[in-house]
Amino acid sequence: MATTGSRIAAIAAVLMALAACGGSATPTAQTDVGITSTEILLGNTNALSGAAAAYGTISNAENAYFTYVNNNGGINGRHITLKILDDVYNPANTVPLTKQLVEQDKVFAMFSGLGTQTQTSVRDYLNGQKVPQLFVATGATTWGADYSKNTYTLGWQPPYQGESRIYAKDITTNHTSAKIGVLYQNDDYGQDYLKGLTDGLGSSASTMIVDKETYDVTAATPAAQLSKLKAAGADTLFLFTTPGFTIKSLATVTALHWEPAIYLNSVSNPQVYMGIAKKAGAALKNVTSVGYIKDPTDPQWDADAGMKLYKQAIANCTNCNVNDGFNIYGVAVAYTMVDVLKQAGSNMTRANVLNIAANQLNETNPFLLPGVVVKTTSSDHFPIMQEQVITWNGTGWTLQGTLINERGTLK
Amino acid sequence: MQEFLQQIVSGIASGGIFASLALALVLIYNAMGLVNFAQGEMAMLATFIAFTLVDHGVSYWIAFPVTLVVAFAGGILVQRIVIRPVERAPILTLVIVTLGLATLVNGVAGFIFGYVPRSFPSPFSAQTVNLLGAFVSYRDLGVIGVSTVVLLLIYLLLQRTTIGLTMRAAAHHPEASRLLGVHVSWMLALGWGLASAVGAVSGIMVAPILLLEPNMMQTIIIYAFAAAVLGGIESPLGAVVGGLIVGVTVNLAGAYIPFVGGDLQLAVALAIIITVLVIKPNGLFGRPSVRRV
Repeated sequence: MATTGSRIAAIAAVLMALAACGGSATPTAQTDVGITSTEILLGNTNALSGAAAAYGTISNAENAYFTYVNNNGGINGRHITLKILDDVYNPANTVPLTKQLVEQDKVFAMFSGLGTQTQTSVRDYLNGQKVPQLFVATGATTWGADYSKNTYTLGWQPPYQGESRIYAKDITTNHTSAKIGVLYQNDDYGQDYLKGLTDGLGSSASTMIVDKETYDVTAATPAAQLSKLKAAGADTLFLFTTPGFTIKSLATVTALHWEPAIYLNSVSNPQVYMGIAKKAGAALKNVTSVGYIKDPTDPQWDADAGMKLYKQAIANCTNCNVNDGFNIYGVAVAYTMVDVLKQAGSNMTRANVLNIAANQLNETNPFLLPGVVVKTTSSDHFPIMQEQVITWNGTGWTLQGTLINERGTLK
Repeated sequence: MQEFLQQIVSGIASGGIFASLALALVLIYNAMGLVNFAQGEMAMLATFIAFTLVDHGVSYWIAFPVTLVVAFAGGILVQRIVIRPVERAPILTLVIVTLGLATLVNGVAGFIFGYVPRSFPSPFSAQTVNLLGAFVSYRDLGVIGVSTVVLLLIYLLLQRTTIGLTMRAAAHHPEASRLLGVHVSWMLALGWGLASAVGAVSGIMVAPILLLEPNMMQTIIIYAFAAAVLGGIESPLGAVVGGLIVGVTVNLAGAYIPFVGGDLQLAVALAIIITVLVIKPNGLFGRPSVRRV
């Protein structure tokens, strides 16, 4: 009797194993963890609360675009589910939450995780687990520059160093006698921008930059630093500062009766912030920045098909402000994700999706400025490298000249 | 020299911001012998109420007093619902409760209003005046001016009215006050209401400068603590003077002490708190606490 019992148990175990296999493997197409016949599961961490929570809306905007795609048939019959978790912009939270998404929820890939330090903190883990970390929402140069060491990780937006090299180009061609003062946030973000500017100015950097000041994110206002920069004789001010400090800086510059040429980093240039700065008393004279995304508040895009699509997609998010520049960013990066998944077609494996994203992207994104190409090749892993100089005209940004291509300048 | 002057003037301007919130801390301390860590967040929420009113077309000069009344009622409500159940608990419990309240209010404001900074109207112009080559805006002067008025009102209330006397008595000698027929618990509630209203004034005054968002007061409250402790936590005058000193010190340290720079200004404020508590625990204007044995 004992042998019969164990034989039955063995048969049962085999049957159960077969049944378990049958659920996940479809014979006709290749799939991977996080993919079922009806669903593609993606994971995301973002600052939904805390000091950096202004960025939180990006995840909701991404979800709004995925909802739009799902409502229109999804991707080869599969709908995208984006699981969003709040890491409060703190790497100490990002690590366990990312592990949870990978090990418990079994996501197919991480998508558009926000923050340089937060995403750096999970880069080794995700590469070790061979889970794609796609299109991180940070402009740190390391994502493209260190691709060879982290082949599961990819950035999306233009790297900060590329952007400040464009400013350097503008200075060295149009303002050769500029005396530059820099106010920057003393972390990876601000230092990355400063490095691009210094590298771009080359040998003249040491003479042209007359003073550099940092600020504490807890300070009430940057008045002390701006007074120093003014006293140092700067006639050109670079603000490598987050939106809140940028607005206060712009108001403070005016309050100090100082009229430098101002270069504003793209993180802080959405039109809605310029409006707030104006109300706070900023004169906003002679302000330059760069752009690569269409600004939802710019009337020149009113009849644009991409802008119409954006407004249609963002309507799926009830508490998203349609005019917030972060939301069109979210929709634009979600568009690239959908593009990659569509190209993967029936070969929905991590390896294939990663290969398309890192080496074969060649996309015209309807939410980006005309002419911007989202592109990767086997030797170039900076998806967006074109930006255009913009100047503030009092009510909006005016595009100047043509797109500047920095592709190939960063290794 | 001109830059030095500008650093001092900018420091006085930030000092006014610290002082305005420090006044609310002083008031609550007088009312219950404890600081309220949620004071800044309650002020922020009150400012959002004013913002919502103005945003819906209500005139600023109506929204202002309405907000003060709402903040006053809200302060009383918080004391009745949240603080009263733990009124007799050890002081640490109360501290934790106010810390929890701060987190809660911050989260609720973020949930309702989002985290995008907003501009807030000011009755004072953003134009500046020239003081010997240093510039200060009317808004900054307005914060200091209004803080001075609030300071006078608090002084009159605490020192010249029966209700102020009763409040202080209830805070410092609750048992004796109760024997004399004082409604101690309601006096504490009144203190919470008044402090909340003073906080609302602070929020409404500083929001045009700091930009209104849920984290507006998060670090200001630490500078305000430094200001209140430096001035002697019981003294309204001390709060204002302390605020101005903290503002100027932090600015000058940032500008002229190389290793402090722009990065360690908050550390300077914390150093002030520690130094005062070690060397002169009663601050500049506080009275030493005398205990009869």
